[in-house]
Amino acid sequence: MIAVGIDMGAKNVKAVVVRDGEQIGRSIFETGFDRYVSARKAFEGALQDADVGEEDVGVVVATGAGKKVVTFAEKQFTVMACNAKGIVRLFPSVRTVIDVGAEEARAIRLDETGKVIEFAINEKCAAGAGAFVEAMARAMEVEVGEFAQLSLASTKAIPINAQCVIFAESEVVSLIHAETDRADIAKAVHDAMAARVGAMSQRIKVQKDIALVGGVARNIGFVQSLKTFLKEDLLVPPDPEFVTALGAALLGMEGEESD
Amino acid sequence: MATEKKEYWRWHEYNWHDPDIDWRDAEIITAGVDVGSVSSQAVILVDGKIYACANMRTGHSSPESARKVANWALEGTGMRIEDIHYVVGTGYGRVKVPFANRAITEIACHARGAVEIYGNSVRTVLDMGGQDLKVIRCDERGKVLNFLMNEKCAAGTGRGMEVMADLLGVPIGEVGPRSLQVDEEPPPVSNTCVLFAKSEALGLLREGWPTEKVLAAFCRAMTDRVYALLEELGVQRDLAITGGIAKNVGIVKRLERKLGFEALKTEKDPQLAGAWGAALFAKVLYQKERAQKRQAC
Repeated sequence: MIAVGIDMGAKNVKAVVVRDGEQIGRSIFETGFDRYVSARKAFEGALQDADVGEEDVGVVVATGAGKKVVTFAEKQFTVMACNAKGIVRLFPSVRTVIDVGAEEARAIRLDETGKVIEFAINEKCAAGAGAFVEAMARAMEVEVGEFAQLSLASTKAIPINAQCVIFAESEVVSLIHAETDRADIAKAVHDAMAARVGAMSQRIKVQKDIALVGGVARNIGFVQSLKTFLKEDLLVPPDPEFVTALGAALLGMEGEESD
Repeated sequence: MATEKKEYWRWHEYNWHDPDIDWRDAEIITAGVDVGSVSSQAVILVDGKIYACANMRTGHSSPESARKVANWALEGTGMRIEDIHYVVGTGYGRVKVPFANRAITEIACHARGAVEIYGNSVRTVLDMGGQDLKVIRCDERGKVLNFLMNEKCAAGTGRGMEVMADLLGVPIGEVGPRSLQVDEEPPPVSNTCVLFAKSEALGLLREGWPTEKVLAAFCRAMTDRVYALLEELGVQRDLAITGGIAKNVGIVKRLERKLGFEALKTEKDPQLAGAWGAALFAKVLYQKERAQKRQAC
């Protein structure tokens, strides 16, 4: 059977095609103004990548903040359920998965079958989400990728006192004016965000092994800062932004009841 | 030549003094300097009466901003900072006013200043500053009885308003009036995070919403946020609004609609409340100090 998982993120829509439990295709598409159109494009892109037709698809599962607009999906699951399912498929030893997206972050504790035990979530505030680092990189006029690299070159620990993205931006501007080393500023930003995400994760009593997923897991500066904060190693899958969509497809495959 | 980016957030900075007062005849000259995170104000009192003031943007250094705003208030008066008998510093940068005799918290100063500006019927002061939001309960003399504040987040603050003005390319002084130019109130954008509100506003613009409607959605969100803090402490009439946002009718009108009554109005500048309160405290402190010195003699 073929199942497709669609993850409607704040910034990108991700789709993964699974045949008999194995991933055979995927696609990512920027979330546009019409989210239905974005979902369709990601869906069609993933089918093309897997080289299967729409008529071959047994089940379509939607997840993410905008899952309701995916009217062609038969099932819906929470992001937490999909995250947990997706990560145990990739790393069976994982008991805690931290998912950091563009506008939300969550930490989920799970059992060996990929069932959610407990979770914590931040969805009301951009501090501790990808938007935080993006705003700071913009203030420094560098690409996010370069900003992440810069961070690794610093060994200093400069505190950023503000939690709020808007206030932190003023702090970063002050650091720029004070001619603080750019690498040190980049590390300060990643450390601040890691402290925020780390504190949220500790609310659910982090258990090993720990995995980091979501688009922000591609940010090596953040990964390093979070490792330091948690004093633990982190498993990062090669395509961290697709884990949720993969989990969605797997849940659909298993015939789980929709949330 | 590089074109300068237009700064829509920039609000009106000014200085003023009363040419009818001769400070050289004065018995007591005091000053309050309020160094906020976004704006700084100085108020000079001559025998308790306002003589001069200035209101400007805070620079990168608090001590420098304090000196600058005080000197600007004194511009053209012939008075120097050294001629002032007693100076009280307040605000976020209060401990860094180099020429201050003392620092007093902005909560106390705002309550005292609000009663001076709006009269002694004030029981609740809503201070909407650059980077924080405070609700203060006070008595008829401006003494603080209780307060609540949000200083962790830009939602509901002047800084949030500046971000929106910049995004929409609307001069900050026009945000309020233009936000009221809608036939019907649109649903609000996020009231928990300015960054989310900003991305939502961008989406609405892309959808073709007119600027006024987006402004209305943002002002409504901000009003909801401010109202929640007011409700948490409980509003006792009369209500006085201080800080820069007090000048924004888009917020004040919406808040009054939600409250079901009007806030007090004034011809004076509500942004001066902190500095004015500080200058009044300075007068009392100077008199006390002088009395003690006399006793010692």
